[in-house]
Amino acid sequence: MDGAHDMGGVAWSGPVAPEPNEPVFHAPWERRAFALTLAMGMPGGWNIDMSRFARENRPPTEYLGMSYYQIWLAGLERLMRERGLVASDEIDAGKPLHPAKPVAKTLTRDGVAAMLHRGGPTEREAKSPARLAVGDRIRARDIHPPTHTRLPRYVRGHVGVVERVLGCHVFPDSNASGKGEDPQWLYTVTFGGRELWGEASDPNLKVSVDAWEPYLERI
Amino acid sequence: MRSGLAPQPDIAEIATPDSAGGISTLPEYFAYPFGMTDHDHHHHDHDHSELSATELRVRALETVLTEKGYVDPAALDLLIETYETKVGPRNGARVVARAWADPAYRARLIKDATPAISELGYAGRQGEHIVAVENSPALHNMVVCTLCSCYPWPVLGLPPVWYKSAPYRSKAVKDPRGVLRDFGFELPAGTEIRVWDSTAEIRYLVLPMRPAGTEGWSEERLASLVTRDSMIGTGLPKQPHEVA
Repeated sequence: MDGAHDMGGVAWSGPVAPEPNEPVFHAPWERRAFALTLAMGMPGGWNIDMSRFARENRPPTEYLGMSYYQIWLAGLERLMRERGLVASDEIDAGKPLHPAKPVAKTLTRDGVAAMLHRGGPTEREAKSPARLAVGDRIRARDIHPPTHTRLPRYVRGHVGVVERVLGCHVFPDSNASGKGEDPQWLYTVTFGGRELWGEASDPNLKVSVDAWEPYLERI
Repeated sequence: MRSGLAPQPDIAEIATPDSAGGISTLPEYFAYPFGMTDHDHHHHDHDHSELSATELRVRALETVLTEKGYVDPAALDLLIETYETKVGPRNGARVVARAWADPAYRARLIKDATPAISELGYAGRQGEHIVAVENSPALHNMVVCTLCSCYPWPVLGLPPVWYKSAPYRSKAVKDPRGVLRDFGFELPAGTEIRVWDSTAEIRYLVLPMRPAGTEGWSEERLASLVTRDSMIGTGLPKQPHEVA
């Protein structure tokens, strides 16, 4: 979706503001929101692409008005509501008002290290050969799906070069919609600064994105 | 416990909670709306009440999820402890120091970073597929995630607020030299700057240049030069005189 989360190249006033000696979390609630999000992945059963879409799929004023972990929280609540795990009235009340839904498994303290170590690798066995090779010139397709996609707006329609072939990976556009992993070949594609930003751009700038084959056409 | 999450002895740069369970480095609790800095956000009363509402909501949520049997508070505690005290940029510094000290390791890291990093015991969530990109006098690398906040957790920990902020996500791909000026340094005009936007599940680690004057240093000493920002590409390693 063409949402406020897709920020590459958007004019934004103000400098990047590093915080000296920054703590990992800035408030106790951020810690709990972070941990609840990680822990609920197991009983919730959603995937990372569904999580990302649940966070980004909201009006720009809302997305830009919330802090990072407030967005995580809003995304988590949405995922749980959609699956009937928790209803809004229960959060308002601060206690369960409806029976718990049976879940396949939950994260125990003993299971934390293994869950983190396992992670969620996305590379899958390829069922067909890659259609693109290193050095191929491509154009990023000018797509604007209302659903989740990982092709940023600032490269759409622009010409780049395939720099790496990264293997066959779970396709977020499908996976986020619950339509299956539909693995696709993934490439690092590199664009010149002037191709993306015009003649005034730094001639010594190159930008790459990692793009799945359906995002690209060879030229 | 798996090796990737084993306690590490030198995690001095990672913040630790104070005895009351709060954050000792900040007097109050702040959220950071996109585009605002912490400075902008101080002393606005309505923000405090808004944050209290968030804090109450998180507590309510945890209670509901616990009572419904979906989460185990002890597991939550361990998740937090892991990322506050065990998984952080000291891990990445070890990887960089090893690459500086051992040419064969450097070659493995550049060829296929995920198994090379795993040799040091770092692997897993948000680092399932890692690519290391090497700086040189002719090339400076910088990593961003314009779409969200993708970041190589096993080697750098959780991302700092600025990395997730709108100014960085918007500016890094268009004016990375301007970003570097925000961080206080100027890249020579002739140096190519290369920005890696983490749009898939590939995570990028910058291998910065080894500072001059460190010949014969041990890996441990070399690691003390490696800053988090130098592994993102928004900073440079410390110079030998800075670590004495």
